[in-house]
Amino acid sequence: MTEPVPAGPTPIEALHDEGPAAPPRSQMRDIWDQFTRHKGAMVGAFFLVFITLAVLIGPYIWSVDPQKIDIRNKDMRPIYTMLWDSSAKVSWAKPLGSDQLGRDHLAQLLSGGRASMAVGWVAMVLSLLIGTVVGVMAGFVKRLDGILMRMTDLFLSMPILPLLLVAVTLFRQPLRAAFGPEGGMFILIVAIIGITSWMPTARIVRGDILALKEREFVLAARSIGTKPFRIITRHLLPNVLSPILVSATLGLATAIITESALSFLGVGFPSDFPTWGKMLADAVARMEDFPERVMLPGVAISLTVLSVNYLGDGLRDALDPRARGR
Amino acid sequence: MLTFAIRRLVLAIPTLLFISLAIFMVLQLAPGDPLADQPLTIPPEVRAKMREALGVGQPPLVQYWKWLVQIAWVEPKVLIDWLTRESWLLGWLPDTQLYQGELRVLSWQTRSPVMDIVVQRIPQTLWVVGMAYVVGILIALPIGIYSAYRHYSVFDQAGTFITMIGFSIPPFFTGPLLIVIFSVQLGWFPSIYDTTLVVNDWSSFKTQLQQMVMPVMVLALQTTAQISRYMRASMLDNLNQDYVRTARAKGLSEAVVVGVHVLRNSMIPVVTVIALNVPSIFGGAIITENVFKVNGIGQLLITWLFANDLPGVMTLTFIFAFLIVIFNLIADILYGILDPRIRYD
Repeated sequence: MTEPVPAGPTPIEALHDEGPAAPPRSQMRDIWDQFTRHKGAMVGAFFLVFITLAVLIGPYIWSVDPQKIDIRNKDMRPIYTMLWDSSAKVSWAKPLGSDQLGRDHLAQLLSGGRASMAVGWVAMVLSLLIGTVVGVMAGFVKRLDGILMRMTDLFLSMPILPLLLVAVTLFRQPLRAAFGPEGGMFILIVAIIGITSWMPTARIVRGDILALKEREFVLAARSIGTKPFRIITRHLLPNVLSPILVSATLGLATAIITESALSFLGVGFPSDFPTWGKMLADAVARMEDFPERVMLPGVAISLTVLSVNYLGDGLRDALDPRARGR
Repeated sequence: MLTFAIRRLVLAIPTLLFISLAIFMVLQLAPGDPLADQPLTIPPEVRAKMREALGVGQPPLVQYWKWLVQIAWVEPKVLIDWLTRESWLLGWLPDTQLYQGELRVLSWQTRSPVMDIVVQRIPQTLWVVGMAYVVGILIALPIGIYSAYRHYSVFDQAGTFITMIGFSIPPFFTGPLLIVIFSVQLGWFPSIYDTTLVVNDWSSFKTQLQQMVMPVMVLALQTTAQISRYMRASMLDNLNQDYVRTARAKGLSEAVVVGVHVLRNSMIPVVTVIALNVPSIFGGAIITENVFKVNGIGQLLITWLFANDLPGVMTLTFIFAFLIVIFNLIADILYGILDPRIRYD
């Protein structure tokens, strides 16, 4: 009575897989692939690593004291000047020349880069910290949202560069007295840049948190009794990491430029403490005779900022799922 | 829309009050003494009286209130008087004579009204900075449009690279660089901006143009970099939309599709960015004005800052804050006008 069940329809030949499907790819792998395809970002990342290593390790290899005054060998030109001007005053002992007091330019560039990069990194981390905390609080705690966002708007309406100048000139003396000329200035500049540049991060983080906290996985986490703090650290923060990373690169670039601008205007670090901006500012007066003293620190600042910006561009492309695979 | 504008305008007042109070309180912490340059032989009681005369002796809140009254009540009266007396705009009105010799905000350094000095400096800033902004926008828009239209083409790559460079090179480097190239090596342009130059014939007009080229170039490079990036991103967002395909399917020419349909929609965020950046150009011009010795507002701020002239610094910083708040408002309103999808009410 029951008819034998016919064998299943014969599979269509064309639908056969040629081979096994590719193994599933993790998200990190996708991001990495997209990132490595962005040439500018790769070059930027390499250059940033290179310049960071150079200013970190360089002073140990080129162990000349950047402050050492060597008045006999003042106003040396860089060694490459020999290529077109054989009568120039050059020496292999001072490959990038020396300034009007005979201080070695290469050593100054390295230690100046150290100061600029240190200010940039610390200020960036500080502003990210403030921005993330404010953004998370505003997005997660409804009662704080109004107040915190009003505060962000207020900070955004402040004229930043004038205020920076005002603050630096005002607080310079007390902090110098408390922490020494270099330490005090470092704390002051880092704190001021951090306090005045966290607002974009806070806004982005708040927007993302507002959207994320309505999602099911947060509801699930809440329903199994996860504490709010744990929800933030375990479920929300990893998901807002990509906008934070992108704004970190922007923050690093602005922090380096702001520090150099302050030094250029003469309100930065003390005069015997080289930073790239300070070297540039000091060299402007005699740039007709010694253009390289303007060029070298200027190029260093510009290349660093350029590579950081390219890195940020690549990160944004890689972390944005819509842009991926285009 | 109108209610929104009025509400925002009213909301701007407490914002400005708060900002000015914050700036004032920060300035109160200033370690400098306005009488530090006076001889030490002055007896203490005379010194106290001199401080009183400068208005420094009173509690901070009283000082703040007096400053506020001067800036928000006395100075507008002076301005209105000037408008109805001398300006060509409202000069036909009868002289109002509102200002009856009340105390104005006086600079400690020059002992003259702060606003008078600011008004003297504004034309230079407006000429150089404003011109740079206009030039920058005029260059940026076509670059942004074309590089988005030819996405990933050589032009796009080159344009992105150049705008990235303009974005990354700070003005305190481009300024000296241009001076070395164009003033020192080539000798085409003067390295210092001469504000005493009176333009009354062709040769002085040519000199004026020559001395404006370099500061305008420095500032325009930055504007171009920013605006063209926004323009490109905004065009890219719109070029993939369905309405573009519809427009092409209808048979419209590419010029109409890109130049009318896409461009109009992409301009919405760009216009607001242009409005938002106007005050930051004023603030950012501090460095450029210093490099080229343009005696505009930014240079004035630096001078007053180093001279410890607190009323001047206070007023100038407040003017910057005022510009930021006002242009934020303008950007929001423009957004509402340009984009019918946005309704604030």
